[in-house]
Amino acid sequence: MGQIANDVILDIKDLTVIYKTDLETVRAVNNISLSIGRGKTLGLVGETGAGKTTTALSIMRLLPTTTGRILNGTIYFDGQNLLDFNDHSMQSTRGRLISMVFQDPMTSLNPVYTVADQIGETIKHHNTALSKGEVSAKVDETLSMVGILPSRKNEYPHQFSGGMKQRVVIAMALCCEPALLIADEPTTALDVTIQAQVLAMMRDLRNRLGTSMLMITHDLGIVAQTCDDVAVMYAGEIIESGSVEDIFTGERHHPYTIGLFNSIPNLETSVKRLKPIPGLMPDPTKLSNGCFFAPRCESCLDICRESSPPVTSGGFHRIKCHLCGYDGR
Amino acid sequence: MSLAGATSPLVETRELRKLFKLKGGALLHAVDGINLKIFPKQTLGVVGESGCGKSTLGRTILKLIEPTSGQIFFKGNDITALNTRQMRPMRRAMQIIFQDPYSSIDPRKSVIEVIAEYMFIHRLFRNRRGTFARAAELMDQVGLARRYANLYPHELDGGRRQRIGIARALSLQPSFIVCDEPVSALDVSIQAQILNLLMDLQDELGLAYMFVTHDLSVVKHISKEIMVMYLGQCVEKAVPEELFANPAHPYTKALLAAIPRPNIRLRNKEIPIIRGEVTSPINLKPGCRFAARCDYSMEICKTRDPDLVEISPGHFISCFKENLNRSNEGAASR
Amino acid sequence: MNDQMVIAEDDAVEEFRRENQTKEIWRRFKKSKGSLVGLFLLVIILLLVIFANFITSYDLAIKQDPSKILEAPSMEHPFGCDNYGRDVLARTIHGGRISLGIAVLATLCSCVVGSLLGAVAGYFGGVIDSVIMRTLDIFMSVPDILFTMAIVVAFGSSFTVLLLALTVAFFTNYVRLVRSQVLNLSEQDYIEASRAGGAGNARIIFSHILPNSIGVIIVNVTLNVAKIIIYESTLSFLGLGMPPPQPDWGLMLSEAREFMRKAPFLMFFPGTAIVLCAVAVNFIGDGLRDALDPHLKS
Repeated sequence: MGQIANDVILDIKDLTVIYKTDLETVRAVNNISLSIGRGKTLGLVGETGAGKTTTALSIMRLLPTTTGRILNGTIYFDGQNLLDFNDHSMQSTRGRLISMVFQDPMTSLNPVYTVADQIGETIKHHNTALSKGEVSAKVDETLSMVGILPSRKNEYPHQFSGGMKQRVVIAMALCCEPALLIADEPTTALDVTIQAQVLAMMRDLRNRLGTSMLMITHDLGIVAQTCDDVAVMYAGEIIESGSVEDIFTGERHHPYTIGLFNSIPNLETSVKRLKPIPGLMPDPTKLSNGCFFAPRCESCLDICRESSPPVTSGGFHRIKCHLCGYDGR
Repeated sequence: MSLAGATSPLVETRELRKLFKLKGGALLHAVDGINLKIFPKQTLGVVGESGCGKSTLGRTILKLIEPTSGQIFFKGNDITALNTRQMRPMRRAMQIIFQDPYSSIDPRKSVIEVIAEYMFIHRLFRNRRGTFARAAELMDQVGLARRYANLYPHELDGGRRQRIGIARALSLQPSFIVCDEPVSALDVSIQAQILNLLMDLQDELGLAYMFVTHDLSVVKHISKEIMVMYLGQCVEKAVPEELFANPAHPYTKALLAAIPRPNIRLRNKEIPIIRGEVTSPINLKPGCRFAARCDYSMEICKTRDPDLVEISPGHFISCFKENLNRSNEGAASR
Repeated sequence: MNDQMVIAEDDAVEEFRRENQTKEIWRRFKKSKGSLVGLFLLVIILLLVIFANFITSYDLAIKQDPSKILEAPSMEHPFGCDNYGRDVLARTIHGGRISLGIAVLATLCSCVVGSLLGAVAGYFGGVIDSVIMRTLDIFMSVPDILFTMAIVVAFGSSFTVLLLALTVAFFTNYVRLVRSQVLNLSEQDYIEASRAGGAGNARIIFSHILPNSIGVIIVNVTLNVAKIIIYESTLSFLGLGMPPPQPDWGLMLSEAREFMRKAPFLMFFPGTAIVLCAVAVNFIGDGLRDALDPHLKS
């Protein structure tokens, strides 16, 4: 291990994460592997509780310390295993090399400091050598980068609208020009027109700065419009992954992926009735030995209830399914 | 002209306004002169971004919020002036389903108690047994297994909780339900389940819905007619097919363009992004509300309110520019 | 036949619910060791106090016997005798009747009055809120102890007056607490949902707002029972409690003070009784708060 091609910025192998409390063990992430190419954007898609955010927090090493535990796996970032880092080196990695944008901009901003203070602090933290003037100049530059007039920098977060706040958060995440940006549902709290603005801005910045991105979302539309690769998560597993073309136009799919697409009302065509996936995601404290999707799957076979399906791949496209996999069946 | 032809509207509003008084005397224009008609067994979709007054509109029609001016008719009766007590019998006919399946259900009541609450209020049954029996029937109707009856809401997921909210709304056998973003807090696969349930119930029970949402694809799927709101006003109204095929108002166009489509052929296609953000709804001056963000705004847009004009049968818009274009075209073709 | 089956199933629903709820609360209450210990202690104390007459006679508690002044604990007088030669065991047990009686009643009165006022102030807001809260400000601007003392001095000390004085001193807490809780809860959609179903104000307050405030109310109640026991003792200690020779824990403490060196056991027994009651009630309160919160059910 450790020999990772130079064009891969993040490589996760066999990651397993649990949340353990006195009462129960939540199997949040189960043996997932994914990689992000340098300068590429990977969309991590799934419903609430699929383990998307846990995956992101594991990369940031920000799992809740009392309950969260990484049981297994490696997370290679730029050739180094983040799980071997001590707290100090992880701290200097966070924000400088990898940064994260959360869904709710208000929770990432401190209401009692001005926007300039908060961005400035991040810059200073990672570039201690900069003078006051240089920091201030960098703050202005960062703000104009995300489309906020530098004249507003001395305002407090509550004086900004939701969309503007998210821009500030993104500015903070990008001010040290990280190699990897993890965006956890960055536009879910925003209106569609504002979402379009923020997404366009993120796309533009990514292209300009060459940032690699992990885009966590539940919205297949966002994936189609912004991502290069896609991984679909279900009950803590990646059940299908590949390029956007594989997922959106390919022939072969995991039944869950098909179900997801059938569940969204389509603007282009009219259907009388949607075709939802029956049932609910399994309880992550009581996962079965078989395929986790089996109870909801229309084409469930006997084997699906008994053993977890292998991951099979056709080129870059991988599917974890007994029936639809690439092993000739 | 209207969709339902001869039948009279179930719900109608005339010039409905709700202005909230803020500290210091400023006025927040939440709903600003809305005229609408909802016919029995039909769905009116109301779309708009946060702060456009769509939720306030729904609550004002139900008189959960007192209107500032204008009139509300239900089955032809003016209910604008009714007080809380006089409204009570009306509540049986008009109900609401809330957006947030978490905060809309009392955490200290068991599932069956939540569903039975309205029936207790209106004393529909003589005793608890009868009420609970009916509540259990409602659970069947909305697809909730009876074994959940004694659980507390927090033990259930968002989709099931939303079913509790629907059962509660149905318990008084209403003819009209305001659905205030009933699926926006849910995951897509669950969202589809709830949308199907709402449509089935409409067919079965002959319900009329006012479906308030920010999600255009959802509203297209469920509505017979769609009203697009911007800052308390209706900017465009049409049947879904017409609205999505020929959006006329610049705001509707921008809204449609802004939706990220799950279709990679549309990738990297330049989409017209509207500038700026929704202007503050406080102390609005006359003039088109969208003028500040509109690429086509003219002098007149900033001084006068545009009227809602019918540009083709059943398709209304309020925009000077479009009206001008159309009248020019009309003159040219003649 | 089919109908019958449905009805049978519904019966099951209803019965299951009731049994379930009490059982559930008890099951959750049981989980915390502290609250069980507290409950055990309180039950014992209450039994002793309620059946005081069967354990020792009231006469023993007030009968003076000069030959036994400050007698140390012995087989005959397990807790010893006080400066008038009265049996301390009997006095402690009978004294609990007054101390605990006042504490429980005053807590209940202040809780009911305060919670209702708080709920009304928070729910209706506007003028009603202002009137209630400004009146409250007047009450709160005078130190509690002065207030209670003033009432007792003005009306003379008796059980009712003490009850009134302590209620007045403690109800303000509940008003503020419940009011802020109501302001929070009023923003919840379920209040609006209830209104959309045609519920009136009384129903909303009693069926939704108060039950959802029960957690904070109970915490406050348990803190206050303990506080009121001590408060009442303070009043007795200052000579404003129940008139002697009636036994009362505070009074006993105050009388024992002079003999702290010579006969420390005189202070020990009523003091321990106060501490045990306060601790027991606090433990029970913690357990009850958790047990009544369906969120913590697991």
